[in-house]
Amino acid sequence: MSTTPEKTDDLVTVTIDGIQTSVPKGMLVIRAAEQVGVQIPRFCDHPLLAPVGACRQCLVDIPDAGNGRGFPKPQASCTLPVAEGMVVNTQATSPVADKAQQGIMEFLLINHPLDCPVCDKGGECPLQNQAMSNGRGESRFTGYKRTYPKPINISAQVLLDRERCILCARCTRFSEQIAGDPFIALIERGALQQVGIYEREPFESYFSGNTIQICPVGALTSADYRFRSRPFDLVSTPSVAEHDACGSAIRVDHRRGKVMRRLAGNDPEVNEEWITDKDRFGFHYATEPDRLTYPQVRDEDGSLRPASWTEAFAVAARGLRAAGSSAVLTGGRVTAEDAFAYSKFARVALGTNDVDFRSRPLSAEETSFLASEVVLRSTVTYADLEAAKTVVLAGLEPEDEAGMIFLRLRKASTKGTRVVSIAPYASRGLTKMSGQLVRTAPGAEAAALEGLTSHAALRDGSSLASSGTVEIDATAVILVGERLATSPGALSAAAALAARTGARLAWVPRRAGDRGAVETGCLPNLLPGGRPVADPAARVDAAATWGVEGLPEAPGRDADAIVAALRSGELGGLVVGGVDPDDTADPAATRAALEAASFVVALELRETEVTRLADVVFPVAPASDKAGTFVTWEGRPRPFPAVFAKPTSLPDLRILSGIAEEMGSPLGFRTVEEARSQMEEMGPWDGERAALDAVAAPAAGSTEGLALATWKLLVDNGSMQDGDKAYRATGRAPVARLSRATYDAVGPTVTLTGDRGSVTLPAEPADLDDGVVWVPANSFGNGVLADLASPGSRVTVAKGSDS
Amino acid sequence: MTLSTETYGELQEIAARYPEPRSGLLPMLHLVQSVEGRITPEGIEACAELLGITAAEVSGVATFYTMYKRRPVGDYHVGVCTNTLCAVMGGDAIFERLKDHLGVGNDETTEDGKITLEHVECNAACDYAPVMMVNWEFMDNMTPETAMQIIDDLRTGKEVRSTRGPRVVTWREAERVLAGFPDDLADEGPSAGPASLVGLGIARERGWTAPASEQSGGSGRTADTKEEAVEQADTSRAESETKQVDDGTGSDK
Amino acid sequence: MTDVLTPVLTDNWDAERSWTLASYESRGGYAALDKAFGMAPDAIIDAVKESGLRGRGGAGFPTGMKWGFIPQDNPKPKYLVVNADESEPGTCKDIPLMMASPHTLVEGVIISSYAIRATKAFIYIRGEVLHVIRRVQRAVQEAYLAGHLGTNIHGSGYDLDIVVHAGAGAYICGEETALLEGLEGRRGQPRLRPPFPAVAGLYASPTVINNVESIASVPSIIANGHSWFASMGTEKSKGVGIFSLSGHVKRPGQYEAPLGITLRTLIDLAGGIREGHELKFWTPGGSSTPLLTAEHLDVPLDFEGVGAAGSMLGTRALQIFDDTTCVVRATLRWTEFYKHESCGKCTPCREGTWWLVQVLAALEKGQGTEADLDLLLDQCDNILGRSFCALADGAVSPVASSIQFFRDEYVAHLTHGGCPFDPAAATVFAPAGATA
Repeated sequence: MSTTPEKTDDLVTVTIDGIQTSVPKGMLVIRAAEQVGVQIPRFCDHPLLAPVGACRQCLVDIPDAGNGRGFPKPQASCTLPVAEGMVVNTQATSPVADKAQQGIMEFLLINHPLDCPVCDKGGECPLQNQAMSNGRGESRFTGYKRTYPKPINISAQVLLDRERCILCARCTRFSEQIAGDPFIALIERGALQQVGIYEREPFESYFSGNTIQICPVGALTSADYRFRSRPFDLVSTPSVAEHDACGSAIRVDHRRGKVMRRLAGNDPEVNEEWITDKDRFGFHYATEPDRLTYPQVRDEDGSLRPASWTEAFAVAARGLRAAGSSAVLTGGRVTAEDAFAYSKFARVALGTNDVDFRSRPLSAEETSFLASEVVLRSTVTYADLEAAKTVVLAGLEPEDEAGMIFLRLRKASTKGTRVVSIAPYASRGLTKMSGQLVRTAPGAEAAALEGLTSHAALRDGSSLASSGTVEIDATAVILVGERLATSPGALSAAAALAARTGARLAWVPRRAGDRGAVETGCLPNLLPGGRPVADPAARVDAAATWGVEGLPEAPGRDADAIVAALRSGELGGLVVGGVDPDDTADPAATRAALEAASFVVALELRETEVTRLADVVFPVAPASDKAGTFVTWEGRPRPFPAVFAKPTSLPDLRILSGIAEEMGSPLGFRTVEEARSQMEEMGPWDGERAALDAVAAPAAGSTEGLALATWKLLVDNGSMQDGDKAYRATGRAPVARLSRATYDAVGPTVTLTGDRGSVTLPAEPADLDDGVVWVPANSFGNGVLADLASPGSRVTVAKGSDS
Repeated sequence: MTLSTETYGELQEIAARYPEPRSGLLPMLHLVQSVEGRITPEGIEACAELLGITAAEVSGVATFYTMYKRRPVGDYHVGVCTNTLCAVMGGDAIFERLKDHLGVGNDETTEDGKITLEHVECNAACDYAPVMMVNWEFMDNMTPETAMQIIDDLRTGKEVRSTRGPRVVTWREAERVLAGFPDDLADEGPSAGPASLVGLGIARERGWTAPASEQSGGSGRTADTKEEAVEQADTSRAESETKQVDDGTGSDK
Repeated sequence: MTDVLTPVLTDNWDAERSWTLASYESRGGYAALDKAFGMAPDAIIDAVKESGLRGRGGAGFPTGMKWGFIPQDNPKPKYLVVNADESEPGTCKDIPLMMASPHTLVEGVIISSYAIRATKAFIYIRGEVLHVIRRVQRAVQEAYLAGHLGTNIHGSGYDLDIVVHAGAGAYICGEETALLEGLEGRRGQPRLRPPFPAVAGLYASPTVINNVESIASVPSIIANGHSWFASMGTEKSKGVGIFSLSGHVKRPGQYEAPLGITLRTLIDLAGGIREGHELKFWTPGGSSTPLLTAEHLDVPLDFEGVGAAGSMLGTRALQIFDDTTCVVRATLRWTEFYKHESCGKCTPCREGTWWLVQVLAALEKGQGTEADLDLLLDQCDNILGRSFCALADGAVSPVASSIQFFRDEYVAHLTHGGCPFDPAAATVFAPAGATA
């Protein structure tokens, strides 16, 4: 689909504007011209979309097509591949090409409004720019222009000014070719042709914002940014998106200390030129009114009061010392540098291995898996996904949980890669990847993975049963999502499958900081750089770099055990950063632990129930206010600079170092740069890795009720998506998915009851097993974990009232 | 309002005629018009669902082709050709007269729901100009008077016959035929109208015929290479496009 | 010497119930099919090549050569698609052919499909011709019942299915790749070439798309031999074709003659121009072919002759206009047609026709200046050959050629402050002898 040919040694020689050059065979003339420094004007052309030749702006003269004969008329350079000996004359040297281009530009402008002064695109508009460079100064058109009523919402977020549209079809082609969401289409005909939606089916695509970015005019705008700024007033800073583990390059456009918008960066190895709408629109969380701006300590009257940084550091240090044994819980959203600080803080300041970044359901099996199969490994890249013959997904719904993996797999699937998903049902995302479902009830993932090795036939009734067996060999890639931790034996089975077949294995977490936290040892069994806690040599190595006597030997508690130990009083103090109790395996238990803890230090961006319970609260900087590094699911470090320099907005590591200094155990760094150099100094562990404590899949348990399958939708109630109503309105409405038989029995509205409560939702039939129900994890109430039950557990279903 | 099970079945039947079901979309939309009287949201959604495409994609198709109507069409769709030749020969005058007579504008329907008037493009009956179409049946060699008479007959329920076809059926019935469900009227009407036969008549009169088959001529081969064929072919576009065959497809290499 | 008129395709149109299988077979119909089955498919392709048959849909590309482009080593199915979307203004030959003798087309489809080794063929008929669709549907049904279609046709072991497909109103679907889009259930917008349909057409499979008259010519070529066909016509434009006379002649209609006949001969056969009037301008092959005038009466109506005269043979759609016709009005109306039928995909066609109409409409009302004529010509220059497909090339034909031949008449609109013609005088129901 891409129009940029793969690297090739097969070169052809062409002459462009008199300059001879060698370019890869098959390259389009428009790109070959770029190689000799000639920019041919264009609108419909986009290097990641299939050529279409619609706008005709890029016409050039071809006096010799390479066969000694020329084309009698100018040719569109965006659809014409080079040929050996071809001679191309662009507007730079050919009056014919120049006139042809000026003629097209004049046609484009006759129906384009002259509203550049009020148009969001003004100043960064390809039409405006190229009209200046390749158009005539004055229009000869004196007639009436095509007009439409002003903009229409094609989704809650995306607006369309039809009269500005030049019908290049980049947006519709993106939606069809890249995202697989053709909810916008060209409608009508001729001069009245326009981009449109079907009135009852808005443009709700997780990737809709990309159409705004690639629109070469101001026809598509977002409710979020429309009329907010002029491009020439904006300062741009490159960054990395903080919403998932994909590491998408973004560009943050800001003005006077405020982010005005975010755009996709161009990184061919990672996100190409696309990002999810969450990455594009999800930045208002940092400026919500509940943002913390100063430290607070708990006063004698029990209320939180503002405090100076130095006082807060002292109070925190004192409190932690007094609390006895303390632990660290950190969410997965911190940078690798911050995670390094948490990891070191636990070991050096608190003297414990009780540290865990997993503020979500986890397992000991996963703890072991991360140490044996994940840390320090970079075996799969985005490019590998494209090259793989088969990609197996287990416990991972890429469209919701890792948008760039989804786009890359969708692209791969059009070129022959087969996607196989071990999942409860064939999601829309899987369908868009032409994927094959291995229908699997929650808990049965291990068996399903084992089934793949034996080349077993797909289970009866699966949507693509005809395709027979799933053969996994060394050309395959297995992607396991973090949710697999909730399915006993599944991670072990995935590791075994990879070992047996030679297939490459990668773990895909949901949060931007997860992989960095693994690498920096925010785990009870790992020190930074993959050093196993249990390995004395590794401990000595880390202690030596840190210049400390020694490091705690006792294996640490994982997050669940920390919660339990706080409740039982075995642990007294807690340093917690970026944890939402409702994300954890047992929200009620986590809340109880916070209340039971004798001393809690919270590092948070915004006021939360954790900060309300804490004894000392430190405000931390959002990603925009600090430099840092996110490590992608591939293990690729993605460093980014601070967008803003705000002296009072401090990264977690600065706060932890302040407390540590007060405790008399300095971390040895105060800045991101210092932390980075210490991380580099430490380097990766070159000793033996921990072996996997494989877990066998348990025998099937209860068959009462339905097994609960769940994951988080891309657009949901997550707190980092707060602040943009239009964005949230583009999310998918929460529904419970049931097998057709169950749906027929209890639909269309169902009440599900688990051990933590009941929820009533509209239901939809899907190709699930009869014994399974799926609900979105964080799209209603306080989420599934708080309001219903744990993933994989049993729930009952009843006909819901329609109220 | 949703489509009946029977209609769903027929829509599926149409899609099944083709190696790829989406090919059925044009006739499926004709069927939607025959049961719904226009392209309705329900019809669009049904087609989208049956073909596994989005409703936006169906809309894109439904709004591209002029025979698909978004507003209800009357029992009789009356199209007056106002492309150049028919317009000059009287089509403009006929269309103006019918507008006045019916009190409707272009693409509008009379209040009684009987007649929808539209000016249409060339309907491939130029030798019968001026031409009017009633539910896509030919009404040849019209004058304002004959056209008005036909309209009046349609409105009063009198039987109207095409000059080169059967009695006129309703628009919805016609749409059903276009959807590929024949109505058994194929045998009505003449083989050809008089203008279609005028050359043949002269030939018969004068005893002109094509040569007998045994008469031999030289090789008729006119072009030995593609390039030569292209040089001979009649449009510059064909020329430039076909020349690319050399470099692109290599279809004869 | 060949006769002036040579009815081949039209020869049975006056037969009793000519559209029926019985009538067609009684005149030897479907015998060519047996002869074809006795030949190797490649031999049929060779015969069509040797006959010199060139596409009858307008462009005149050699039909046999088109068939020869089908890569027979391609494992995908091959398809034959008949372009029965006859919509070019002035063109009215395929419609009466399918109405009067649909079996000629069906037999042609079977032989042609056999030659290119297709087992599925489609006849894409414009939707606006209900009775024609009925007749073709019926003919296909009869052919199935008689064993001319289906499996093991005539015991040859060859299978073929035909689907009759009704379009829905889009001139652009006469363009072969736009037609394929329509046939695939999409918006009828032309496709990028290459790949050409012969390599990747319908469902990205090798596909031949031929005009009705081209395919209908195949049975007679097989039955009578390619030399028979080649014995008619001119050196590079072989065979017979249907010439459609319309407009201000006494007997408009279909005249089947060898290629190379002149308009003078045809007008004579048609009884001359209307009483009391003279030929003013005419289209040789539909509105997309540049206008010609009385000075071109003796141009041989073959591909080369009309080309040399600065126009194109096109579909031999001879629209005849006499001196009562305002050329500005005619041109404006055609331009409005192209604007209405522009698919919208490419800029020069979509926007260019929008603009041309506005300039022409003003001129017709006597508004504007003579400089607008040069503006029009420059617009034409910026459209011609710049668009995605040939529709826009067709759109500029009447504009450029009418200014070329009738510049004075445009100017007269300006000096007269409007159109100097009486439209009533041009109508068929005008009182005899009425003048502009």
